[in-house]
Amino acid sequence: MSVLRTPGGGRVDRERSLQFNFDGKAYAALQGDTLASGLLANGVHLVGRSFKYHRPRGILSAGAEEPNALVTVNPGAPRDTPNVLATQVELYPGLRAISQHRWPSLQYDVGRVNDALSAFFPAGFYYKTFKWPQRAWKSVYEPAIRRAAGLGRAPATADPDRYAQRYAHCDTLVVGAGPAGIAAALAAADAGARVMLCDEQSEMGGSLLAETMARIDGVPALDWALRALATLAGNPRVTLLTRTTAFGYFPHNLLGLNQRLGDHRADPDPGQPRQRLWMVRARQVVLATGAIERPLVFPGNDRPGILLAGAARTYLNRYGVKVGVRVVVVTATDAAYQTALDLHAAGVAVAAIADVRAQPVGVLPDAVSRAGIEIMPAATVLGTRGDRRVSEISLGRVQGGMVRPAARLACDAVLMSGGYTPSVHLFSQSRGKLVWNESLLAFVPGLSAECERSAGACRGVGDLTAALEDGAAAGLAAAPDPVRGSWRPLPEAGTTGGCGWLGALPQPQTTATDKAFVDWQHDVTTRDLALAAREGFRSIEHVKRYTTTGMATDQGKTSNLNALSIVASGLGVPISQVGLTTFRMPYTPVPFGSFAGTSRGALFDPVRRTPMHHWAQARGAVFENVGLWKRARYFPRAGEDMHAAVARECRAVRSACGIFDATTLGKIEVVGADAVEFMNRLYVNSWTNLAVGRSRYGILLREDGFVYDDGVVARTAADRFHVTTTTGGAPRVLAMMEDYRQTEWPQLKVWLTSTTEQWAVIAVQGPNARRVIAPLVEGIDLGASALPHMAVARGRICGAPLLLFRVSFTGELGYEINVPADFGATVWEAVHAAGQAHGMTVYGTETMHVLRAEKGYIIVGQDTDGTVTPDDAGLSWAIGKSKADFVGKRSLERASMRAPTRKQLVGLRSRDGRTVLDEGAQIAALPGQQPPMQLIGHVTSSYYSAALDHPIALALVAGGRTRLGQTLYVPMPRGEIEVEVTPPVFYDPKGERLNA
Amino acid sequence: MLIIVCPFCGKRPEIEFTYGGQAHITRPERPSELDDQAWAEFLYMRSNTKGIHAERWRHARGCGRFFNALRDTTTDHFVATYRIDEPQPQIEQPAEPVPPP
Ligand SMILES: [Zn+2]
Repeated sequence: MSVLRTPGGGRVDRERSLQFNFDGKAYAALQGDTLASGLLANGVHLVGRSFKYHRPRGILSAGAEEPNALVTVNPGAPRDTPNVLATQVELYPGLRAISQHRWPSLQYDVGRVNDALSAFFPAGFYYKTFKWPQRAWKSVYEPAIRRAAGLGRAPATADPDRYAQRYAHCDTLVVGAGPAGIAAALAAADAGARVMLCDEQSEMGGSLLAETMARIDGVPALDWALRALATLAGNPRVTLLTRTTAFGYFPHNLLGLNQRLGDHRADPDPGQPRQRLWMVRARQVVLATGAIERPLVFPGNDRPGILLAGAARTYLNRYGVKVGVRVVVVTATDAAYQTALDLHAAGVAVAAIADVRAQPVGVLPDAVSRAGIEIMPAATVLGTRGDRRVSEISLGRVQGGMVRPAARLACDAVLMSGGYTPSVHLFSQSRGKLVWNESLLAFVPGLSAECERSAGACRGVGDLTAALEDGAAAGLAAAPDPVRGSWRPLPEAGTTGGCGWLGALPQPQTTATDKAFVDWQHDVTTRDLALAAREGFRSIEHVKRYTTTGMATDQGKTSNLNALSIVASGLGVPISQVGLTTFRMPYTPVPFGSFAGTSRGALFDPVRRTPMHHWAQARGAVFENVGLWKRARYFPRAGEDMHAAVARECRAVRSACGIFDATTLGKIEVVGADAVEFMNRLYVNSWTNLAVGRSRYGILLREDGFVYDDGVVARTAADRFHVTTTTGGAPRVLAMMEDYRQTEWPQLKVWLTSTTEQWAVIAVQGPNARRVIAPLVEGIDLGASALPHMAVARGRICGAPLLLFRVSFTGELGYEINVPADFGATVWEAVHAAGQAHGMTVYGTETMHVLRAEKGYIIVGQDTDGTVTPDDAGLSWAIGKSKADFVGKRSLERASMRAPTRKQLVGLRSRDGRTVLDEGAQIAALPGQQPPMQLIGHVTSSYYSAALDHPIALALVAGGRTRLGQTLYVPMPRGEIEVEVTPPVFYDPKGERLNA
Repeated sequence: MLIIVCPFCGKRPEIEFTYGGQAHITRPERPSELDDQAWAEFLYMRSNTKGIHAERWRHARGCGRFFNALRDTTTDHFVATYRIDEPQPQIEQPAEPVPPP
């Protein structure tokens, strides 16, 4: 057993020793240890290198506030987890961890040279230096900074674990199971409340787990806590959640809790998720989140072996680990005196207590004096020594405003306490107002925004007696029926003296030789903060971003208040005027896995499939995602790539016929006595004179005049329209229609129904289309004059009710067969079978795109981008000229919306006859320009046309319709391409095939 | 996640709703009679309220109805929800803040 391990006591299991591995070396520890306590038990303090200067860093704390001891657990293994705190990693047999941010090794790090060169690394160094030349950023600066500054590495393999999510409701949620939280839970439960109590640690009890002196209800405080927790556990109306961090406080008392179920086990239960995200809606919330001890700011305060006094007490009393054999305590409060007494009793030499207060008096200082420990009042720290571990501390004495050297003491640990900072993170997240309390030197909760109250140390009530009473009162008040409660705690703890210290400790007027750190994790020093104030930064939010103080993964839990104090004194204003930076969730990092829960892989998003999906799948279709839909993109045959398959499909449609699944088109049924009026007001077109049994290409604008959606609209009865929308646009079009119907024109008698999934739609396109479907269709005359282009008729097909559109999105003779979705697969197969005698080929969305682009038909969202008017797209013919109003009409009347220089839709043809332009490529009027170039438009659609045997493209070009025949230039990665401006219709411009 | 009281369905979680922007902006009866300035005012100008804000919500994944709400933008708490055809309730101050313990 290590000499640093006490012979007994604490919360570790002395009967169960275990081995773990850190940076390739094996160590022994006990069940119940954290990685931090296990390392300290082996005398290991050095666990990492600092962010900027690569200085050796040790374990500073014993909890969630730890800025230094970030490690990777299970490196390279399935549960590879970077950036976890050694103070929160529970050891299990065989656990492997490595330090981060050092190269080549923790002991010898070449980045250490940064420390010697630190005059060149002041605040804002990165902002000031790595600006120019721009090229160097990508090739030189960024890779170097990334290598040097990176935290842990992201795991390379998929997360093998399962994560769960769960909603819960309760009367009273208590966050934090220290003395105040336990008292609150007991009081609320006693009054009959349904209580949830959560705590981030492996065991509930908080500070009581390391308490050796106080007594409550006549028994030692720890025994009281264990008894209280047993009482709560036995109450069926109480839920206890250990290893559960309340990381976020959301509106209406919704709190996010992350529960760790598997991380502390060598062999996690495969039936359990690794972590569980709780979303708890509480009637009342009690925050009992405690307080975080503040470091003191003095030169060389970051050496391994220098840690928080309260953490040293926790390691001793809870884990049975001495953090050193000869320690010096530097403090501004009485609390550290108890640490000194406990260490002294455990046989650790306490060389001295250096107290920054002029006259430390009280029960604890008296006890320390009686124990023979020297107290040095009015003390300050001038510096420390030690390579990779503190070996000496240099103390000074403040007298009459002057600082004089007082003593150099050899030691292997320095324990510091600057007082306690209330953990107001969750309160602040709840949008409660913080107020500055000058006597506590702290921001404490003021006015609440939620049904919430804080209790105990997190609102500055740090004394055990008072915290218990505060917790009990809060718990009772947070119960639905407080008068039922009768429970009160009976503590007998001594009262300790407070005070504390903010900012840097006093230094001699001469320049200090070593850095005094404020933010350990981001290497921010007193000088950086003073520099920011000198350079004119006034807002604490700006100072934070400029110096990066408080911006690391620990969010400044140990540093924020010291930084604030230094900035305030640099600016010469009180702290309350400087204000506080915003606390954001999460309180401590939460794995993405917890947020994702089961929403991963096949369950990431819902999938929409058409009735013909399985047929297409069986034919080897390649699918693409369009919204949530799976659409067949092309149907490759043996040996075909996409280009070959699409060329074959295109030729088949143009020469014989093709069959295409158009089911995903959005469909909305607009019905009612005022359906015509409603459509007139909404769409640009005129609908009054559209006969029953006819359809029209409709355009929908937003009120700002830009194209929002388009689609064929059929009048199927005097009071009924069958409106089709783009595949992705259906929900937003229906929402827009509902908006106008409900809120602008509620007097109109019209009803809207989504029918997208009620219809299966089979497009049959090509010169042979009529011959294919004629034998199958009953009750409709398919003759060219009986059923011309844009006609609609009802009949039957293969025994199914049929709504037949004669429409074309290919420029060929075409039909769209609408049948109830349940008949879709049967009718599809029948049509496909009938088509085989006529050269029918199935085609996908890629071929559909090529064919429509050959005809200059736009796709909303591809050839338009929210800044395109109907006229820009060459569609002003669709606008009902006699209509007084429609949505977007007034905006179209603005002069700038009719300017001839607007970007207009045109065709482009590559002059070389073979280069397919990149979609999104920019277009220049003049050749050979260097950046910054004058650009006049961009390519929106681009394909190789099999029918024409040359590339085609659609583009939006400034004043495009006046440029027909001109040569423009498209810069592409492999050089500039000359293109000719053409009309957007490349194929059959007269539309003869369409009307066949 | 907010809890929103649909005037037709009662208390429901926020994920059932979509936001609809500022309330009580009526589309002009005859837009063509407005000059560009007045049209731009209707189309684009919105208040950026700190405090009680009247806004539209739709219970999109419930009854589908639009309704109006008064929300305190400093706390996200809803002060009132009401039907489209009802006048805006006259509430100047936020709903009583929860007293500190
Ligand atoms: Zn509703």
